[in-house]
Amino acid sequence: MEQNITQKPIIEIKGLKKRYRMGVVTGKTLKADWESFWARKRGLPDPNVKIGQERLVGQTFMALNGIDLNVYPGEAVGIIGINGAGKSTMLKLISRITAPTEGEIILRGKIASMLEVGTGFNPELTGRENIYMNGTILGMKKSEIDKKMEEIIEFSECRDFIDTPVKRYSSGMYVKLAFSVAAHLESDIIIMDEVLAVGDVAFQKKCLARMSAAAQEEGKTVLYVSHNMSTIRQLCNRCLVMKEGKIIYDGDVEEAIRVYSEESFRFDMHRTFPQPAAYPKRQEAAVTGIEILDRDNLTCSADEKLKVRFHTKFIQPVEAMSFFVAAKYAGTNIVGTYISQSIRSNMCEDAHVDLTFDLSTFVPGKYFCDIRLVSMSNGKMRYSEEIPAAFGFEISDNAAKGSFIWDIGKWGYNLLPVLETKVDS
Amino acid sequence: MENQKEIIIRPPSGWFDFNLKELWDYRDLVKEFVLRNFKLIYKQTVLGPAWLVFNPIFTSVIFTFVFGQFAGISTDGVPQFLFYMAGNSLWSLFSTSVTNNSNLFFANKNVFGKIYFPRIATPLAQSISCLINFMIQFVALLAFFVFYMVTGSPLRFSLKMLIIPVILLQTTLLALGVSLIFSALTAKYRDFTFIVTLGMQMWMYVSPVVYPMSLTGGWMYKILLFNPMTPILNNFKWAFLGSGSFMLWSWVLSFVTTGACLFVGLAIFSKVEKTFVDTV
Repeated sequence: MEQNITQKPIIEIKGLKKRYRMGVVTGKTLKADWESFWARKRGLPDPNVKIGQERLVGQTFMALNGIDLNVYPGEAVGIIGINGAGKSTMLKLISRITAPTEGEIILRGKIASMLEVGTGFNPELTGRENIYMNGTILGMKKSEIDKKMEEIIEFSECRDFIDTPVKRYSSGMYVKLAFSVAAHLESDIIIMDEVLAVGDVAFQKKCLARMSAAAQEEGKTVLYVSHNMSTIRQLCNRCLVMKEGKIIYDGDVEEAIRVYSEESFRFDMHRTFPQPAAYPKRQEAAVTGIEILDRDNLTCSADEKLKVRFHTKFIQPVEAMSFFVAAKYAGTNIVGTYISQSIRSNMCEDAHVDLTFDLSTFVPGKYFCDIRLVSMSNGKMRYSEEIPAAFGFEISDNAAKGSFIWDIGKWGYNLLPVLETKVDS
Repeated sequence: MENQKEIIIRPPSGWFDFNLKELWDYRDLVKEFVLRNFKLIYKQTVLGPAWLVFNPIFTSVIFTFVFGQFAGISTDGVPQFLFYMAGNSLWSLFSTSVTNNSNLFFANKNVFGKIYFPRIATPLAQSISCLINFMIQFVALLAFFVFYMVTGSPLRFSLKMLIIPVILLQTTLLALGVSLIFSALTAKYRDFTFIVTLGMQMWMYVSPVVYPMSLTGGWMYKILLFNPMTPILNNFKWAFLGSGSFMLWSWVLSFVTTGACLFVGLAIFSKVEKTFVDTV
């Protein structure tokens, strides 16, 4: 989307900072504050500080550390970054939920902020009553809501229940109704924090279409935070990557997603996972650590094999247990899942389980793997252990794909075996 | 985006930052809050708003027994039940608006943490709701008034009653001011939620709710003059029941106190509201 340089930015952020105090913010009761004060006086540990948080008390941390940003009318800007990068804090400041510590934000338009759908919904009130309640909280006039009532009800797919208290709604209907109100706000700027993750797939599609239309046809400005890269791709024409309270990349969406993947890719050759003092009663086994075998880095060629050792602790004898390893492309979609051969163990012991991964179908890029231990008994699957992003690897090239540049947006993450081809003429 | 005005967000500065224009833009929200508060009273109840009326009647019956029959406290010649119900209704207008609002930051933390609107809309709506509830109770009170009048008690409608709206407005504003101060305190220390409940009970007994001012004397009378609720309750009964005597100077002082509480309350509130969500 071309942007008019002579136009003033609709959102202008200059040197924005937000400082939070860490550890226990306040004792919440006079008694607790007094205890803390008294303990400090006598040099004893503060009884109100959580163990392990001691070093954080009194420290501050910058959730946002100097943000400068101009957003022009009609842009749909995605914001990505690992948890704690400051994405949500930035949206909170722009939507005036909390005040900045330093810097300023200039907004040149009416803002509709959807950090959550259904804020202010009251379970006792009917759907219609809640539309009025929620709409006015979002800043609409009653007359505006009257005008859009039909449209909102139609969009929500809840017409038959509109005069029923929302406490009788299914959770799906509830969010549908809530999103419908928010989606019909008259505003120039729309701010969303993963609210599209509501309802069933069909409704999600509808929401996304509605938002795209708002951005592309009605010329609204959209700021959208998500961990779901495919919705970012669909909706946004510009993307920011945030890290530790700063914007580290600003520009093209695909490039931003790549930068984000690099950032979140930080895997070691060895990892140990902390174990609980006691395992849940039904847990059969636990993975205590992993180790990459036979190599000294994680950059592989697709024709190589990756050998990984899983340090496994069998807590109970197991009949038939498998490792399920789900590979994800740079934290987005699951590309495929490996399943190990079934393991049987009569003893409660520590064991090494070595698994060999065939990487031949992966296209170049970085991948994360989630591990799950799944036992099968009487035809039922049971999960014993789940470790998200336990290890990862990078595919540097795939000889099978030839010399062209692989377009993930068009062809996905898996290069399937070459087709048997026969030409008759 | 023609003539779109700019909104500038900066770190909080100054100590009285209050945007009346913006509150006016959100007037429909205040209306919706009031409407919701009213609707929620009767959702899933059989008697609904009738409870609003039963409450002061029931309390007044008890007061009639305890203070009127047992303790034999004078009611300045007014039928005991009517005297207690008048005092009680006005007092509960004050005390419920204070207690309901004093916890407003915690009660609304989910909403405050997710969406922006002028926060003052919440306590304002709560105060208006209390005033509306009082109006309903006042209708019942009038019914009893007429009942006692036709059964021979020396009660008359008079021009003095014209000051009642002023009294009600003042009570509401005083309650708003006091509750805003407390709301800022409970946002920091939850202890104050208990202190408020306790404090309001004590405050009731140092206000002429269950006794007339004619019963007080000496130093006690002098202390009561400084309680902003004293002239409010006294003058209400004077105007409505024709009992006691009008208090002028104490009322003037009470107006000053009301103004001061409201000003301090709004100043503290506007400070706390900006960053409250960071601390819960």
